[in-house]
Amino acid sequence: MIINHPILGPRDAQEFVYLGDAALIDRPDGMTDGIEAFHTYAYLRDNPAGDHRELWYHEQGDRSWLVVTRNTVTHEITKVELARDVARAMGRST
Amino acid sequence: MRYSGFRVIAEALTGHRGWKPMWRDPAPQPDYDYIIIGGGGHGLATAYYLAKEFGQARIAVLEKGWLGGGNVGRNTTIIRSNYLLDGNEPFYEFSLKLWEGLEQDFNYNAMVSQRGIINLIHTDAQRDAFTRRGNGMILHGAGAEMLDREQVRALYPWLNFDNARFPIKGALMQRRGGTVRHDAVAWGYARGADSRGVDLIQNCEVTGMRIENGRIRGVETTRGFIGAKKVGVAVAGSSGRVLAHAGMRLPIESHVLQAFVSEGLKPLIDGVMTFGAGHFYVSQSDKGGLVFGGDIDGYNSYAQRGNLPVIEDVAEGGMALMPAIGRVRLLRTWGGIMDMSMDGSPIIDRTPVDGLYFNGGWCYGGFKATPASGWSFAHLLARDEPHPTARAFRFDRFLKGRMIDEKGQGAQPNLH
Ligand SMILES: Cc1cc2nc3c(=O)[nH]c(=O)nc-3n(C[C@H](O)[C@H](O)[C@H](O)COP(=O)(O)OP(=O)(O)OC[C@H]3O[C@@H](n4cnc5c(N)ncnc54)[C@H](O)[C@@H]3O)c2cc1C
Repeated sequence: MIINHPILGPRDAQEFVYLGDAALIDRPDGMTDGIEAFHTYAYLRDNPAGDHRELWYHEQGDRSWLVVTRNTVTHEITKVELARDVARAMGRST
Repeated sequence: MRYSGFRVIAEALTGHRGWKPMWRDPAPQPDYDYIIIGGGGHGLATAYYLAKEFGQARIAVLEKGWLGGGNVGRNTTIIRSNYLLDGNEPFYEFSLKLWEGLEQDFNYNAMVSQRGIINLIHTDAQRDAFTRRGNGMILHGAGAEMLDREQVRALYPWLNFDNARFPIKGALMQRRGGTVRHDAVAWGYARGADSRGVDLIQNCEVTGMRIENGRIRGVETTRGFIGAKKVGVAVAGSSGRVLAHAGMRLPIESHVLQAFVSEGLKPLIDGVMTFGAGHFYVSQSDKGGLVFGGDIDGYNSYAQRGNLPVIEDVAEGGMALMPAIGRVRLLRTWGGIMDMSMDGSPIIDRTPVDGLYFNGGWCYGGFKATPASGWSFAHLLARDEPHPTARAFRFDRFLKGRMIDEKGQGAQPNLH
C-alpha cells in the first residue's frame, strides 16, 4: 500500500506504524468522564467493513501522525490528512 | 453410515457404489430452538456438542458461504496447549484432550498428529520466561520439557544455530502438540452434527436480527426470516459485522493473517517449530509442503488477502532460521480474517440481548480451540452458565481489569 503523505508525497506503508481507529484522537477526560467512557474509548471499536479512518505514524519518516481513510475490503486509500489538522478541527488543543 | 477400515475395503470391492453424501442439504425450517451463525469449526463443533453432549434438538447452523470456507479451512493447522495464564491454560488443555479422542468420537479421520511443537529460545531471559510457562503447563497437566541446544540440534541439525542476532540456545517442547487436517475437522463435525439431526444450511447469510423487548426472536437471512429461541454467533473475522445487527460494538478488530505453502519436499521437519523472535513458524504437511507463516499484516482488513511486504518478512524469517530452504519455491499464499481481541484472548459469553450469545476474539489461534470452544459454547447455550474452563472469557473483563493478556501488549490488537 502507498500512503500519499500530505507533506512528503507518496510513501510505502512499510515506513509507517499502524495504531487503529482515528476515533482514538478523541480521548475522554480522565478526571471527569468516568470509567465507562474510558472503557468505551480504550476497548470498543466500530471495526467497519468499508471506509475506515485510521491513525498511521510515519516512524521511518518525518514522525508525523496521519489520519488515513482506507477501505478495509479493498485496501484502497482515498484520503490522507495530518492528524494535527484533524484534531484541531475537532476542537482539541493538542 | 459408520466409517471404518472394513468399510473402505468393502467399498473397494464393490466399486465404491455405497458411499453417500456426508450431510443433507436441507431448506431452513420456520423456526428452531437454537440457531448457530457461522459454519466454521467453532459453529459446527457447537452444534455437534449441543446435540451429542447436551441432548438438545431443533438446531440449525447458518453459513453464508460453504461449510469450512472460512478460517477453519485457511489456518496452518497447529494444535497445542502451551499457554501461561490461568484464564487460558485449563481451557486449551481441555481442548487438547478433546483432540486426542476426537476421531473416535466423531468417527472421522481428521489426521490428528501429535508430532510435538518446539518454541525456540535465544536468550537467558527467554529461557526464564519459557521455563515459567512450561511450569504452568505442567501444573495444568499439559506436560512440557525444556530442551537444550544439543537436544534441538539432534532434532534439526540443519537449523542456523549460530545466527548472529538470534543464536539457538534451546527450546520449550510440548510433545502432545501437533497438527490436524483442518478441513477434515469441519467435515467431521458437520457430518456428526447432521447425523444427529442438525440442519446445516449453506448459502444463508444472516443480514439482521429480530430483537423484541430486549430478547432475540430470530434472524433475517438471505433465505428469509428464521425464528429461534436462542442464537449463538461464531463468525470469527465477521464478529463485528454480525453483532452490529444487535447494536453492539466489540473489543475486537478484524485483521488479515497470511499463510504459505512451499512445493513438496522430502521429509525435513517432523514436528512443529516456532521462531517467535524472527516472526516465523513452520511445519511440514504429509504431502511434503512446508506450511509456514508469521505476523498478521497489522492493519484492519476484511480482504481475505494480504500484501507483499509481509510475504517478504516471513520469507526472511524462514531464511534466517533455515538457510537450507533458500531455493525452495513458494507454491501458494492466502489470507484469512482474524477476530483480533484487545487482550489477545477469546470471548465466550452472553450479550446484553436475552437469548443472544457470542463466541469470538480467537485471533490467530482459534483452530486448536475448536473442540473446547464448541463444547463450552454449547454448555453456555444449553445451561446458560459458562463451562468451568471458559469462565474467564467474558466481555466485562476489560471493564473490570481482568484482561488475559499472554504477551502483555495492552489494548493493541495488531500486536497480540
Ligand atoms: C492463515 C491462518 C493461519 C492460522 N493458523 C492457526 C494455527 O496454526 N493454529 C490455530 O489454533 N489457529 C490458527 N488460525 C486461527 C483459526 O483458523 C481461527 O481462529 C478459527 O478457525 C476461527 O474459528 P472458525 O473455524 O469458527 O472460523 P471460520 O471458519 O472463519 O468460521 C466462521 C464462519 O462464519 C461465516 N459467516 C460470517 N458472517 C456470516 C453471516 N453474516 N451469516 C452466516 N455466516 C457467516 C463465515 O462464512 C465462516 O464460514 C489461523 C488462521 C489463519 C487465517
